[in-house]
Amino acid sequence: MTPRPWRVTGRRRETADSWTLDLEPADDGAPMSFLPGQFNMIYAFGIGEAPISISGDPGADRPLVHTVRDVGAVSAAICRAAPGEVLGVRGPYGSAWPVAALGGRHVLIVAGGVGLAPLRPALRAALERRRELAGLTLLLGGRTPADLLFRDELEELGADPRLELAISVDSAGSGWRGHVGVVTTLIDDLDLDPARATALLCGPEVMMRFAAQALIGRGMDRGDIYLSMERNMKCAVTQCGRCQLGPAFVCREGAVMRYCDIERVLGLREV
Amino acid sequence: MPMRSIEQVLAEVETFAGLERRHLDRIAGCGHNCGFAAGETIAREGDRADTFYVIRHGRVALETPAPAGGPLLIATLGDGAVVGWSWLFPPYRWTFDARAIEDTRAIAFDGACLRGKCDSDHELGYVLMQRFAEIILDRLQAARLQLLDVYGEPAAG
Ligand SMILES: Cc1cc2nc3c(=O)[nH]c(=O)nc-3n(C[C@H](O)[C@H](O)[C@H](O)COP(=O)(O)OP(=O)(O)OC[C@H]3O[C@@H](n4cnc5c(N)ncnc54)[C@H](O)[C@@H]3O)c2cc1C
Repeated sequence: MTPRPWRVTGRRRETADSWTLDLEPADDGAPMSFLPGQFNMIYAFGIGEAPISISGDPGADRPLVHTVRDVGAVSAAICRAAPGEVLGVRGPYGSAWPVAALGGRHVLIVAGGVGLAPLRPALRAALERRRELAGLTLLLGGRTPADLLFRDELEELGADPRLELAISVDSAGSGWRGHVGVVTTLIDDLDLDPARATALLCGPEVMMRFAAQALIGRGMDRGDIYLSMERNMKCAVTQCGRCQLGPAFVCREGAVMRYCDIERVLGLREV
Repeated sequence: MPMRSIEQVLAEVETFAGLERRHLDRIAGCGHNCGFAAGETIAREGDRADTFYVIRHGRVALETPAPAGGPLLIATLGDGAVVGWSWLFPPYRWTFDARAIEDTRAIAFDGACLRGKCDSDHELGYVLMQRFAEIILDRLQAARLQLLDVYGEPAAG
């Protein structure tokens, strides 16, 4: 439960309110190994702790990368941490995207807003194993083009023949070349063999609910749809009950869960 | 590419799929093929809406003029989408600008022609209204989600 000290070695602004931080161990300890989809508890000393997904490439053991949106006291303090400063990190915690089981599947990644952060390691892992997959699609939703994370990388991915990429924003100026509308319309237009597809979803719960329904509408099985449930949590070790979703603890069973296992409680405000 | 009749094209568009042949024929009778170059304006907000379009291939943006920074994009529509329903109801005025953002091939339908057929053939009118109600419902649902600003809410991911 004691956080290890990690030093900020890089800090990049992603959007008006989001930053990506690179962290290296500030003690003599080893770098962290993690599975795509896992998160850490990040401690801004004197302010508090927040669960933040790992957004880096699982193939590279350092630095440890997190992408944080400033929404309150703790996340603001993490976003403010400048290179040289030290943050506390404990983890990794939580379940992972089923990357080992993606062989032969059409992998469909659907991300909204900051939800792209926990999916990025899965995307990198899928690109790494692209030859074994039947297909790889990234559908991305955002508020406006300026609110998209990892924009330089998205530009490269747009030209990458290994990946089919479609981006839809809620509103845009006339210079925007992508789609405008809800991300679920991208699902309707998709070339999809539902029996061979595995979907990985992360974003606002409302978006995930509608995306899951659209995928089921296309014939996908509820067990082939995975979501990262980023309900608020406090202890990350099933002690406090803050993140309980019915009988499940997001911090133990999640954050990555199968739609069939949480469908019943998804969409309820507090369970 | 072999030429296909408007009826054939319509039968493959989701909005008209499954309609009876005689209805498709009557609808197709009010349509003709057309094309727009990327950037070309298709309709302007406030103009008389005598026409609606079914996109065969391409992409169309619905826009609304904004005081600063050029028009705001409200939605983009792709292959198979219907552009415009203002021809259905008085005062028959476009409520948005429509602009091709890629070279676009479409079928243009004469709204007055189709309204006339619907008035004299209520069964056709009923199925057409059903199909258009579905499009309007889909777009309403999408607009609601856009309005919810789901990505704007704190810690939304
Ligand atoms: C498993 C997991 C992974 C996460 N990964 C990331 C990540 O990669 N990047 C990132 O920016 N954030 C992530 N979050 C969310 C992040 O933990 C919260 O934004 C943070 O804890 C908020 O703390 P705060 O003190 O800054 O704001 P607070 O003052 O605690 O909260 C500010 C506002 O955000 C709301 N809020 C806080 N947390 C959540 C939540 N989880 N869901 C919905 N609303 C919330 C509060 O109700 C309040 O309205 C993740 C959460 C979980 C559970």
